[in-house]
Amino acid sequence: MKEFKGKILCLDRSDINTDEIIPAKYLTEIEKKAMQPHLLEDLVLDGFNVKKDLQDVAVIVTRENFGCGSSREHAPWALEVNGIYVVIAQSFARIFRQNMFNCGMLAIPLKKEEIDILFDCCKAGETFLSVDVETSLIQVTAQDKNLTLGFAISQFDKTLVQKGGWLEYADENY
Amino acid sequence: MMGKTIAEKIFETHLVDEPFGDVCVLKLDRVFCHEITTPTAIQDLVSRGKDRVFDPDKIKAVIDHVTPAKDSKTALQGKILRQWAIRHGIKDFFDIGNNGVCHAIFPEKGFVRPGFTIIMGDSHTCTHGAFGAFAAGVGTTDLEVGILKGVATFKRPETFRIEIVGSLKQGVYAKDIILEVIRQISVNGATNMVIEFAGSVVDAMTMDQRMTIANMAVEAGATSGICLPDETTVEYLWPFIKQEYESREAALTAFTQFSSDKDAVYARSKTIDVSELEPLTTFGFKPDNVRPVSQMENTPVDQVYIGSCTNGRIEDLRVAAQVLKGKKVKDTVRAIVSPATPKIFSMALDEGLIKIFMEAGFCVTNPTCGACLGMSNGVLAQGEVAAATTNRNFNGRMGKGGMVHLMSPATAAATAIQGKIANSSLFVN
Repeated sequence: MKEFKGKILCLDRSDINTDEIIPAKYLTEIEKKAMQPHLLEDLVLDGFNVKKDLQDVAVIVTRENFGCGSSREHAPWALEVNGIYVVIAQSFARIFRQNMFNCGMLAIPLKKEEIDILFDCCKAGETFLSVDVETSLIQVTAQDKNLTLGFAISQFDKTLVQKGGWLEYADENY
Repeated sequence: MMGKTIAEKIFETHLVDEPFGDVCVLKLDRVFCHEITTPTAIQDLVSRGKDRVFDPDKIKAVIDHVTPAKDSKTALQGKILRQWAIRHGIKDFFDIGNNGVCHAIFPEKGFVRPGFTIIMGDSHTCTHGAFGAFAAGVGTTDLEVGILKGVATFKRPETFRIEIVGSLKQGVYAKDIILEVIRQISVNGATNMVIEFAGSVVDAMTMDQRMTIANMAVEAGATSGICLPDETTVEYLWPFIKQEYESREAALTAFTQFSSDKDAVYARSKTIDVSELEPLTTFGFKPDNVRPVSQMENTPVDQVYIGSCTNGRIEDLRVAAQVLKGKKVKDTVRAIVSPATPKIFSMALDEGLIKIFMEAGFCVTNPTCGACLGMSNGVLAQGEVAAATTNRNFNGRMGKGGMVHLMSPATAAATAIQGKIANSSLFVN
């Protein structure tokens, strides 16, 4: 199982699509690591600096319908090769969410109020979190406070994360 | 007993497992493949020592996104898919000369049937729901498992029934209807749901038109967009199924057993009267940013593109050619048409449509997806604007820094003539 902890990057926008996460022109690459320099390079978001803001990031926190658009698993791969194994959002597009768990990564839905808290922490300064899949708890370490948030993912999704993805699970079971 | 929706019936007949009661593992009738998302799946399977296929006859593959290959990388993608198809005996593999846009060529070959479960590593796989199938786009890992084991997982689907009623005004087409649906319910209005398209307008649609609306269900977040099978479905499929059923009536009876029951339970329902609908187009970078063409007139465009899995079929070309006949594309516009399959191309030649396009000043390309996602055959430069019959207007979709306005083939043709977004009624009586 991957380790789910590190610095948060907040992206305060809904409907961030897979073309923004990794543009289609890189779909001709057949090695995951080729995606590494191109993560979020076409994202349109005030104040976002793709060169600077992605440094040391391990978690993305964002708004609604993250990952809409194309089915490309290159989107989770682009995150993965940048060391980002967790996305926390108000909601996800179906295929993106599925792709994350299929890769043994986490797409965690939280309520708007909880996302707001994480955004406030990020505004105050560098914020870190760690996710415990077993207990379904997120420990947040911010500039001036520490807090714990609970989350819910299905037992099936949890199993995929623990097994490292859908392929091995499916080949064992079907 | 409560009635069931078509999606529920398809799930019931294909259910293999429900691990932890969380998701449904479904048996697949078809796994479709193209050269952009499949090579990575093949390479991963090979690297894990699992280079197997569950059933070569249920797997169909095509090279469609970049064809002919534009560079060494795309040539390699084609090569990986081609060699894999050969080594696993995948007979239905469509390569140069026989290849076309996946969501046009696979239905055209008769590979889709009502009640089928279909996956593909392509978000517009929902197109095949036009035939009353449960068809959904998936990522590479799901595709790998589909190829290897013939199964896929989906949450038990809730259904959003959208009833389309009324009578369309001249110049208003299936594309305008689906843009209106997305405008009303938004880009995540149907996330994790199946949209069931119903009502008198859908009943009267041809299969080409149904594919246009089902194609864009994913732009509202839907897992699949399904039309109920009927006589129109049977008639389209008849050349492929006449050995299997003794009559059209028998086929219809077999297919309609999947149709939603009258007392089926829907998570959401909506009725849209399209009688007053005008031709529509998009304005921003999301498919639900939709406005009447009348409010967007005078928006200059650099390129017009007619094609794609949404609107590259023969009826689309006929409609566009009707607008273009005897006219010229504005000299400030680059106009491109990509018939979606060789058969469509050939029909368009026989019907004189290609001549109309060429005389108007269109570049006619081979069948390919290229321009729609900015990969080849019509990429935009920074700051350029396209009018396109495609399905996504995301920022940079057709080329970094480019803008896309989605519209029907009729509106796109009129826009090509005017050099700015225009209503086709200007040119058709």
